[in-house]
Amino acid sequence: MSEIWEGMKAAVWLIVTLDPELFDITLRSLQVTVTAVVIASAIGLPLGALLAIQRFRYRRATIAVLNALMGLPPVVVGLIVYLMLSRSGPFGVFGLLFTPTAMIIAQVIIITPLIASIAHQAIRDLWAEYHDLMISMNTTKGQRIRTLLWDGRRALMTASLAGFGRAIGEVGAIMIVGGNIDNATRVLTTAIALETGKGDFGLALGLGFVLIGLAIFVNLTIHWVGRTESEGRW
Amino acid sequence: MKLPVLSAVLAIGLAASAMADEMKMAVTTSFHNSGLSEILLPAIEEETGITVELLVVGTGQALRLGEAGDVDAILVHSRAAEDAFVEAGYGTHRREIMYNDFVLIGPEDDPASVAEKDGIVYAMQAVAAAKAPFVSRGDESGTHKRELDLWELAEMDIPRFGDWYRSVGAGMGAALNTASGMNAYILSDRASWLNFGNKGDLAVLFEGDAMLFNQYAYIPVDPERHEHVKADLTDTLEAWLVGESAAALIDGYTIEGEKLFTFNAQGS
Amino acid sequence: MVGSILPLELREAVVRRRGKRLLGPVDLTVGAKGFTIVMGPNGSGKTTLMRSLHGLQRLTEGEAVWAAGMEAVRKRQAYVFQQPVMMRRSVRDNLAYPLLLHGTKKAAARMAAEEWAARIDLTEALDRRATQLSGGERQKLALARALIREPELLFLDEPCANLDGRATRDIEALLKVEHERGTRIVMATHDMGQARRLATDIVFLLNGKIHETGPAEPFFAGPATPEAGAFLKGDIV
Repeated sequence: MSEIWEGMKAAVWLIVTLDPELFDITLRSLQVTVTAVVIASAIGLPLGALLAIQRFRYRRATIAVLNALMGLPPVVVGLIVYLMLSRSGPFGVFGLLFTPTAMIIAQVIIITPLIASIAHQAIRDLWAEYHDLMISMNTTKGQRIRTLLWDGRRALMTASLAGFGRAIGEVGAIMIVGGNIDNATRVLTTAIALETGKGDFGLALGLGFVLIGLAIFVNLTIHWVGRTESEGRW
Repeated sequence: MKLPVLSAVLAIGLAASAMADEMKMAVTTSFHNSGLSEILLPAIEEETGITVELLVVGTGQALRLGEAGDVDAILVHSRAAEDAFVEAGYGTHRREIMYNDFVLIGPEDDPASVAEKDGIVYAMQAVAAAKAPFVSRGDESGTHKRELDLWELAEMDIPRFGDWYRSVGAGMGAALNTASGMNAYILSDRASWLNFGNKGDLAVLFEGDAMLFNQYAYIPVDPERHEHVKADLTDTLEAWLVGESAAALIDGYTIEGEKLFTFNAQGS
Repeated sequence: MVGSILPLELREAVVRRRGKRLLGPVDLTVGAKGFTIVMGPNGSGKTTLMRSLHGLQRLTEGEAVWAAGMEAVRKRQAYVFQQPVMMRRSVRDNLAYPLLLHGTKKAAARMAAEEWAARIDLTEALDRRATQLSGGERQKLALARALIREPELLFLDEPCANLDGRATRDIEALLKVEHERGTRIVMATHDMGQARRLATDIVFLLNGKIHETGPAEPFFAGPATPEAGAFLKGDIV
């Protein structure tokens, strides 16, 4: 129990004093994860919508693969990205291993299937609801997709959010491809792993509370944005 | 909508990278846990202008990073592996910098009575004889390799050990956490032990044997093998590491009043 | 206005699903004028017939022949479903949606939406989410949304199925006005009273086929077939 208490004290102290290292680490966590979520959403949301609306030959197989990829163990993703980006790997010439870019790549691979899958379910349900109406109203395919994306935007935001939640708390893959380098690729989760390794539970818990607080803060913010939007006009 | 915010965040992120004199060096967890790197790195940056990015891994992975060319230099402590690394042409040469020592940690009440033994080999034999819980790093790190060497000198056969021998495949800190939880014996470098915050009922039971000394060596990755390696920076760093500033900082570093490292680099 | 899309003719129309015949063969002409009520017991094919006329249901056999090209046909008819589809938007945006689809300017679409909201007593609810409306309000909104583009031909599938008397009256009043303005209406209903109040023509379906069809008055006075008679009396056919 005393360790949790120590952790809380450490966390409060770190935040109150605006600890520059904590600030840097937090900012880096956000940069990496937000970038990854933006890229993964740009791929995953339209992919999900396409899978819901368009019938094509390998649609079912694609969905099955997508769902399977959702359960991808991050450590394995990390290992594969590591081998790809290593100087002796196929993409070694770019020198990306142990950089934030490598971490973003790993996170994009981990969360794109998740975002696409949730988006697919949301758009599929909405499409089932709207199908007859939109056919009856003689809409074009473009109008259908735009309408579904717009009317389903809150569900889609949830998809991106789920991706954010998974990415911000992920440690296995980014530890491997980022290397947890101080001032370069150290983020909240890898810093926690490091402090735990040192037996410094106080600081580790402190960082953990910051991580939890951050996740809650971002979720609440987006929830709040969604609500104000729905209360006003569309 | 939210795009301006995002692009601002991205811009900051991209601006942070791509500075001039950066090099990557793989070091062992035990070295990093000692806290010495936090003293050395700022001094290196100030005196040479080089930002050294540390990859903190086990000796095994450090060597592999060097082989693949993913780092510019390595700083490790496993003589046989280092020699093989240089011989295979991955590194240009091996430069001894400093040494510290290992200690045998165990429960304070010392059920295997290792404290009263005359040498580390006898102490290890006592642990095995008592079948007292023992945590092994099991990650091919320098510390792990030293532990294996000691078992071999004690003429013990690890595959025939029972449940009391736990190989955890983890870094020094994680292994110490495990040992603390199980109240087990463990071989650790002194620095990691002193900096470890979760000691529980554990204590240093055996130390000082010459076989426990631990030599650190610096090996630059061969630029002829990996042309992107920053040879000029690794040369500058080496010159600094064997110089007077490094000697003073290394010999002067203490934790809880204990000196941890002894500088022993030969002048060039 | 360009030439009418009517009459619409179904010729030898058959709809099968998984080998089971749901409709047909049916021959039916929807003329330029009138208020046709489609009647028949559950499962007799009312919805399938209406969807086939509207073009939502692909015919297994036969064809639907219109008096105009398909481009005009698709634009100048509308359909109100038994379960009205409420788009996840405000009442205002639900009403404006069909207009915006076809390039009406935003301001004009909003004006039209407000006018229609007033007609169906939903002015207060303009900014509420359509999904929060009551059953009667939903049905009125769906009807207004179908009428806002002034279709030549309007289909309604049991629009008053689960509504109370007041909502039913509102909808019937609206439909009467539209009918008098010249909108061609085809509506399926269970409600005999409603059929008597609104119909100019009757299509009586049984087992997927048109069992009897003709002007409403003689049909209600004395149907030609014993099945229709039994149905009118409320017996199970």
